[in-house]
Amino acid sequence: MTAVRYARCMGGIVRREGLRWVHQRGRFISALVRPLVWLAIFAAGFRFVLGVSIMPPYDTYVPYEVYIAPGLVAMIQLFNGMQSSLSMVYDREMGSMRTLLVSPLPRWFLLLSKLLAGVAVSVVQAYIFLGIAWFWEIEPPPLGYLAVLPALVMSGLMLGALGLVLSSVIRQLENFAGVMNFVIFPMFFASSALYPLWRVKESSLFLYWVCRLNPFTSATELIRFALYGRFDPLSAAVVCGCTLLFMAAAVIGYDPGRGFMARRVVAE
Amino acid sequence: MQARVDTTPLVGEGAEVTALRVAGLGHRFGDRAVLHEVTFAVAPGDFTVLLGPNGAGKTTLFALITRLYHAQRGQISVFGRDFVDSPAAALARMGVVFQQPTLDLDLTVQQNLLYHAALHGMRRRDALSRAMAELGHVGLADRRHDRVRALSGGQRRRVELARALLHEPDLLLLDEPTAGLDIESRAFLLAHVRALCAERRLAVLWATHLIDEAGDWARVIVLHQGRVLADGTAHDLVARAAASTLGEAFGRLTVGNAA
Repeated sequence: MTAVRYARCMGGIVRREGLRWVHQRGRFISALVRPLVWLAIFAAGFRFVLGVSIMPPYDTYVPYEVYIAPGLVAMIQLFNGMQSSLSMVYDREMGSMRTLLVSPLPRWFLLLSKLLAGVAVSVVQAYIFLGIAWFWEIEPPPLGYLAVLPALVMSGLMLGALGLVLSSVIRQLENFAGVMNFVIFPMFFASSALYPLWRVKESSLFLYWVCRLNPFTSATELIRFALYGRFDPLSAAVVCGCTLLFMAAAVIGYDPGRGFMARRVVAE
Repeated sequence: MQARVDTTPLVGEGAEVTALRVAGLGHRFGDRAVLHEVTFAVAPGDFTVLLGPNGAGKTTLFALITRLYHAQRGQISVFGRDFVDSPAAALARMGVVFQQPTLDLDLTVQQNLLYHAALHGMRRRDALSRAMAELGHVGLADRRHDRVRALSGGQRRRVELARALLHEPDLLLLDEPTAGLDIESRAFLLAHVRALCAERRLAVLWATHLIDEAGDWARVIVLHQGRVLADGTAHDLVARAAASTLGEAFGRLTVGNAA
């Protein structure tokens, strides 16, 4: 009986996230247009500047567009994770978080459901992007489209959980621009999404290690390998580990007895 | 200060169960004590107005009663269930209307209500019929397929009230529910919640800074600078303060206790 109630609750949370995504046209369109702009303009411009040599998981020289496509998929998930969790901090959503938290089901379950709802949306977005990217001759093997699904779920969970942690800890963020500057841009640029790490290593060893330790790099590589039917165990381990870490931190952050929330209310 | 004793026993129960009991509640942010030894109880069928100016500690009290975080001192229990030990049992019997708007503007009225029902683990079929019933009570049944964005402020609040009642709670909490509403909407909301109190023996805690929302019939708890200054019917408070109106009584109480 109780399991049914849990299922209904999770179903309701996922359904709401889906409905919101479809109804908020602006968010829907910008989520799709953003990576396409990178693909169509940035990648086209840089393909003659940056050569990508043969490196796993690719068997041959690949055009720059093909190289950055997995990074852009990860970017979709990064934006999504930040948006669905962090929007709670600074807009009306704080109210909807409170609505969520007065549900009688355990708080960790509510947060997990919220997280899975965000992941579901980001996975659909990623597939839509991959579908459109096919016209840019980003044509991974057919099986890759299937193999990438678990990778997308894993990376989506990690980035969504990160968003949840930030939403519980950060007291105030002026607006989404703050998140862009301090979270999204550093994570995205200091990663293997836009350039292979061996190239970064050539210019700066320090930067190489920053990129190497950035969990977003692991998410990108996990997706990149999966898309070409390969499994990258190190990235998978890092993504899983970070997910557990971030999730635990989020549960603590939202624990009524610990007071992260209490501290934040002072600002009101 | 004493908890009010309700003389009407609940059907099938030997002893009266208090709907909401707040005992010795204390909370501070850094050096600033926001709540100090707050104690009161709300019984089934009680319409209780929590009256206090902005900054009196109402927001913090509501955050604690809705379990956003735990109180540093004291206990909260809902129908005898302690908030820390058995939060699920306590939350299941509680409906809340928050001060800030909490509806999804881009979703329809019905979608908003079904989401809330899911959070309580309700069956979809039950949720639909409950939603129809509660929307009917607030006169919005025919707007259920409209986006919330298309509704007026007063209508949105009525939807939030219907939503709070969806899972048939026995305790209803409202935090400044009339903020920003016109006179007509305010009157409707007050009358509707009062009727619920009488008909369903719903326990209600209605927080406000507007003195005129506590009619003569209401029980009033005056919260000022984090302390309960008075607890009784509006009529009693006026008499005790030797004032002619509740506003005057409130003024005397708060001035006399200014820190």
